[in-house]
Amino acid sequence: MLRHYLEFERPLMELEREYEELRRFASPADPKVASRLKKLEAKIIKLRQEIFSRLTPWQRTQLARHIERPHALDYIGLILTDFVELHGDRAFRDDPAVVAGLGKLEGETVVVVGQQKGRDIYELHRRNFGMPHPEGYRKALRVMELGARFSKPIITLVDTPGAYPGVGAEERGQAEAIARNLREMASMEVPIVAAVIGEGGSGGALAIAVADRILMLQYAIFSVISPEGCAAILWRSREKAPQAAEALRLTAEDLKELGVVDEIVPEPLGGAHRDHRGAAMALKEALIRHLEELKRMTPEERLEARYEKFRRMGVFLEGTSEDGKEG
Amino acid sequence: MAIFKKKRKKEEKGEDLWERCKACQEVILRVELERNLRVCPRCGFHFPLPARKRLGFTVDEGSFQELDGDLSPTDPLRFKDTKRYPERLREAQEKTGLRDAFIYGTGLIEGQPAVVGAFEFSFLGGSLGSVVGEKVTRAIEEARKRRLGLVIFSCSGGARMQEGILSLVQMAKTSAALARLRKEGLPYLSILTDPTTGGVTASFGMLGDIIIAEPGALIGFAGPRVIKETIGEELPKGFQRAEYLLEHGLVDLVVERKEMRKVIAKLLDLLYH
Ligand SMILES: [Zn+2]
Repeated sequence: MLRHYLEFERPLMELEREYEELRRFASPADPKVASRLKKLEAKIIKLRQEIFSRLTPWQRTQLARHIERPHALDYIGLILTDFVELHGDRAFRDDPAVVAGLGKLEGETVVVVGQQKGRDIYELHRRNFGMPHPEGYRKALRVMELGARFSKPIITLVDTPGAYPGVGAEERGQAEAIARNLREMASMEVPIVAAVIGEGGSGGALAIAVADRILMLQYAIFSVISPEGCAAILWRSREKAPQAAEALRLTAEDLKELGVVDEIVPEPLGGAHRDHRGAAMALKEALIRHLEELKRMTPEERLEARYEKFRRMGVFLEGTSEDGKEG
Repeated sequence: MAIFKKKRKKEEKGEDLWERCKACQEVILRVELERNLRVCPRCGFHFPLPARKRLGFTVDEGSFQELDGDLSPTDPLRFKDTKRYPERLREAQEKTGLRDAFIYGTGLIEGQPAVVGAFEFSFLGGSLGSVVGEKVTRAIEEARKRRLGLVIFSCSGGARMQEGILSLVQMAKTSAALARLRKEGLPYLSILTDPTTGGVTASFGMLGDIIIAEPGALIGFAGPRVIKETIGEELPKGFQRAEYLLEHGLVDLVVERKEMRKVIAKLLDLLYH
C-alpha cells in the first residue's frame, strides 16, 4: 500500500517500507528475515513513540486532517451493525457532506449523524470536503428528531473544516440551520454523545455537538476558526498558521483542560490513520460506557445536566473574582 | 502631543462638526445626523450606533436599569498574536468606555416592559467572547425569571478568536438558554444591524421569534470576502443585505431606525396580550 506521509512522519517512511517489503516478499521461515523484521518493528515502534510524544498543535492539525484518517462512515462501519443510511432534509436536497441514519450499537438501536469527508478526488468533491450546506444540518436535525421521538440515543461524529461559505448556503440560511440545531439539541430528551473524530471546525462542527458528553479522539482538533483563517486575520499571513494553531489551544488536551471536552479517546500508536479498527474499538468502548451512564439518568436529569454543562463554559471576571471556569 | 495638535487643527477647520456619509458621500452636520438617529437624511444610510446610544434611542427615558455591568473579560488562553489579548482589551475598553461588547438591562419600550440588550461593534468588532456570551445568557434567563420579553440588537463580526473554543461554545450556551425561554411563551425579538455575521448570526441572532433587520444591514454566516475567495466569483447584487434576506425568507421585517421603537413596542404588545 502506498501510504501518504506527513512531513513529520517521514523518518518512519524508510523503515516501514523495508518492513512491509520484507513481510510481503521474503520468507518468514528464514531466521535472518525474522530477526530483521523483529528489529525493524522495534525501531518503528520506538520512532513512532518519539515522534508522537512531541507533536506540535500544527502537526496535530495535519493529523486531524490526514486523508487516510478514518472518517464518519469508516467508524460507522466498524462500530455499528445493521446501519441504514437515511437521506435528505425533506425540503431541498440530500447533502452528501452529512451522513445520518440508524444502526445498532452492541444490539441497541442508535441514531448516528456525522460529517463525512472523502478520500479520493471524486469523493472529496461529492462530499464537499465535509463542509455541509444548510440542508445538511437540517437533515442531521431531522434524523436526530426521529431518534428522539423513538427514544433512541444519538451519537454524532464531528469532522468538518466548517460549514460551507457559499452563495446558496447563505441564501438557504446557513446561520439559521446551525442556530436551530444548537437550540434543538439542547432540548432533546434522549442521551446524546458527540465525538470529535478529526477536524472540529467552528460553528459548523458545534452544530452537531451539543451533547451530554463530548469525546475527542487524541489527535483530533476543535477550534473556533482554522489556524490558517486565524493567521490570515490576526497575523495578516496564512504562513503563520503554526503559531495560530499554538495560540488557539485546539488540541484534545487543551479542550479537556478548558472544560469543553469530557474525555480523550486514545488513538493507536502512530495515529488513527494507521489502524482504523484500533481507533474504532477505542471509540466504541467509550461510546458504550457513556451511553450506559446517561441511560441511568432520567430525561429531566439529563436535560438539566446538559444545560449546566454548557452554562458553565466561559471564563470572565465578576466583581473581583474569576468565575466560570470548570475546575 | 502630535495627536493633540491634529485634534486642534480639526477643530479649527470645524471638521468635528461634520460627518461624511459612507454611502452617498454627503457631508452632514453632526447635530443634524444625531437628530436623525444617525441615519443619512439624504440617502437613508444607517450609520453604526454605539450600544449606549442604541439603547438611548430605544428605551423610554429614565427607564433603563443596567444589569451585570461588572462583568469583565480576562485572558483564559494567554493569547498572543502580534499583540497580547489583554492589551487589545485595554485599548477597546479605553476607546468605548465599556468593559466588553454587550450591555443589557430592563426597560420600557413605549411603555412595554422588556429585557433589552445591545452590542458595541467598536469593541473588538462586537465579538462573542465569554463575557458577551455570559451576559446574553443572563439576559435570556432574566427575561424568563421576570416573565418579560427579550429584545437584542446584534452587531457583531462573530467569534472572538482570542478566546478560542470558549468563544465558540457561547453559541451553544446562548442557544440552550433560548430553548428554555421558548417553552415559557415569552417573546424574543432579534434585531440584526450592520453588520451581524458568524457566531452571533448562527446562534441567538437567527433564533428570534421575530427577526427584524435594519435597512442595508449586512447579515450572514460567512463574511462576503470569505465567500468570494471560496467560490472565486462575484457575489450577486445586494447579497447578504437586509432586503436580500427578506426576499429569501430569512427575516420577518426590514424596519427603518426611526420606526424601530414603534414596531418593537407594537410587536411586544401584540404578543403580550
Ligand atoms: Zn447618505
